[in-house]
Amino acid sequence: MAENLVRPYGDTLNDGRVQLSFTLPVALDDAAKEGARQLAMMMGLAEPAVVHAEDMGQDFSFFIVYGQCQHQVDLSGIKVSRPEFETLDKDGINRLIAEKMRRRMVVIGACIETDAHTVGIDAIMNMKGYNGHKGLESYHEMRAINLGAQVDSEDLVATAIEEKADVILVSQIVTQKNIHLDNLTRLADLLEAEGLRDRVILIVGGPRISHELAKELGYDAGFGTRTYAEDVASFAIHEWIKRNPA
Amino acid sequence: MTLLHLDQAQIDRARDSARRIARSVFEQMKPFTTTTVERATLRLLGIDGVDENMVPLPNRLVSHLQEQDLLQHGAAAIVVGAMIESGCTAQQVAGAVAAGKLTMRRHKGEEAIRAATEAEARKMCEHIARQRTRRDSEIRSVGESRTPWLYLIVATGNIHEDVIQARAAAEQGADIIAVIRSTGQSLLDYVPYGATTEGFGGTYATQENFRLMRAALDEAGARVGRYIRLTNYCSGLCMPEIAAIGAIERLDMMLNDSMYGIIFRDINMQRTFIDQFFSRMVNAYAGIIINTGEDNYLTTADACEAAHTVLASQLINEQFAYLSGLKPEQMGLGHAFEINPETENGFLWEIAHAQLVRQVFPEASLKYMPPTKHMTGNIFRGHIQDALFNVVSTLTQQDIHLLGMMTEAIHTPFIQDRFLAVQNAKYVFNTMRDLHAEVEFRRGGQIERRAQSVLGETEQILADIERMGLPQAISQGLFAEISRKPDGGKGLDGVIAKSGDYFNPFPNLMLEGGL
Repeated sequence: MAENLVRPYGDTLNDGRVQLSFTLPVALDDAAKEGARQLAMMMGLAEPAVVHAEDMGQDFSFFIVYGQCQHQVDLSGIKVSRPEFETLDKDGINRLIAEKMRRRMVVIGACIETDAHTVGIDAIMNMKGYNGHKGLESYHEMRAINLGAQVDSEDLVATAIEEKADVILVSQIVTQKNIHLDNLTRLADLLEAEGLRDRVILIVGGPRISHELAKELGYDAGFGTRTYAEDVASFAIHEWIKRNPA
Repeated sequence: MTLLHLDQAQIDRARDSARRIARSVFEQMKPFTTTTVERATLRLLGIDGVDENMVPLPNRLVSHLQEQDLLQHGAAAIVVGAMIESGCTAQQVAGAVAAGKLTMRRHKGEEAIRAATEAEARKMCEHIARQRTRRDSEIRSVGESRTPWLYLIVATGNIHEDVIQARAAAEQGADIIAVIRSTGQSLLDYVPYGATTEGFGGTYATQENFRLMRAALDEAGARVGRYIRLTNYCSGLCMPEIAAIGAIERLDMMLNDSMYGIIFRDINMQRTFIDQFFSRMVNAYAGIIINTGEDNYLTTADACEAAHTVLASQLINEQFAYLSGLKPEQMGLGHAFEINPETENGFLWEIAHAQLVRQVFPEASLKYMPPTKHMTGNIFRGHIQDALFNVVSTLTQQDIHLLGMMTEAIHTPFIQDRFLAVQNAKYVFNTMRDLHAEVEFRRGGQIERRAQSVLGETEQILADIERMGLPQAISQGLFAEISRKPDGGKGLDGVIAKSGDYFNPFPNLMLEGGL
């Protein structure tokens, strides 16, 4: 494949211009300012310019720096892991479920363990959805059960058994100290222990979640920001069809 | 100030409905106490500390009273009876029970014990009253900012790190520091103990953490020449206990909603209603400003379609607050700037909603929350969304202004995120300081009509709630489209039917007329 080399664009092709901002834990003085410039240089930026420096009090100072990135990247050689499916619209998804499953698909969603932030799971599951994209509750071929915030993994698994879930959808928003990794691993282990892992389609979403990370943790798919209900639903039905060939 | 033309009779009718709704719940819950109300009572009698397994002594003692089938009489008089008999302090009694050296029982001479219990309780009331006086005198001596007050959150998990960030925030212009709790604390049925350095998404609310932060903010306030208010979270399964330790350590604000725990944390309804009465009574007595959580409705439901549920809930929260003795200026009724930024004229509707709330609650310390739901990784647009939020806040004269962070959708804020947020708000507040007095709402214009229509819907929904009763309304998912049942949720096992001779000294001391 032909090389496709790129570097950041400011106002001229290949000028490499980038901006960054950061804080140093020292009061602002000339040494701090020069330190900020040298740091930018060490980051690989040529001709760094500290365009703004401000003392923030309590021995902290804030910097805005411009510089020229010296690196370039070959896009032709890049492979990105993403769930492979075609995103259908709501009607298309409903039709596919009706035709292939001949029953409603059961989807259980939750923010697990200590996570109390339901904005993500609500955006995907609740009737209204998000940004004009209706949520899974509005799909008449789906039974969408949103368990909400702070659901113990045990309770989620118990509900999944009770409701004969086809899909488990987990949201993790809080990622401080990587707590989401512990939570997600715990759920995957529990499903494995219950012998359920192969029977359910296990999906995780959240602002810091990538498909690659999800696969590493033993999930079938991971979705980040800019994901809507139809993306998740399309993946789920495609995965189900893959697992249940006619 | 320029005002929207609203029908005062309609506001009065809505408020009357809310009054009857709150009163009906109050009467239904009167025959009950809870384990955490009793633990809070013990804390107010001076019991603190933990056993060798880090279980708080108030928990040990209340569990013991349950085992002895005594809790329904009220913990206070039984413990004071034991104090009189043994000559020990309340703390010593608790320690002896935890060590298995003392078994609680009822003592004879009920009248005398009650009088002694009231005398013991009065000591803590006097301490809390002194803390209240101290706050007033600090404010008089160092001063305070004009509203909107800038409300900033710290949440490192480590109280010592929080102190550093809070000092920096005060220096940058914060008027209020809120220490977010570790995620999950609301579901703990005990209050952790001591200074804590490990937490997720926040720092545990403990009495020692409260004390450390209050001391740091007093010092910072003296330096910057502004009293810095401290906020924490009086919610979850330990509402009354958090109120007690907050009152003791001179917190200034508490998130303290009458329904938030039910709806968003699936805490049992009865438990929450009982706990909020007691916790609000303590907050009222301590001069603490409560913050309610109506902003949360708008992150779950649509901000335009659910606007009337915010106002309805505020009116209910207001009436519950009155029942617990809170004054209007202690009511930080919450709402938020959460309309989808793609909505045509969305900014007009934000003004309409914020101004409507301002006019319905002219004396309240309104709490206005920044955009969160529609914040994205585009921090540059996010900074503008926050600026527009700042405009509405100053234009409609909000009181407690939670600063929006441009990195809202990304991570817990970096120190520079807060710095830039303060700059943004100060710039807008200063440059538009008197704009509200210079412009008028067009009579019959879009903003006024929007406010009138939300008010109309509010009156209607409150009439519906009154007809079915609040528990049934919550069961039907009227708030935030989330349904909770009266017997569902966590903490129902902590609801205890009072016996006929139940006694608690604090309502008489803290509340005119008693609970």
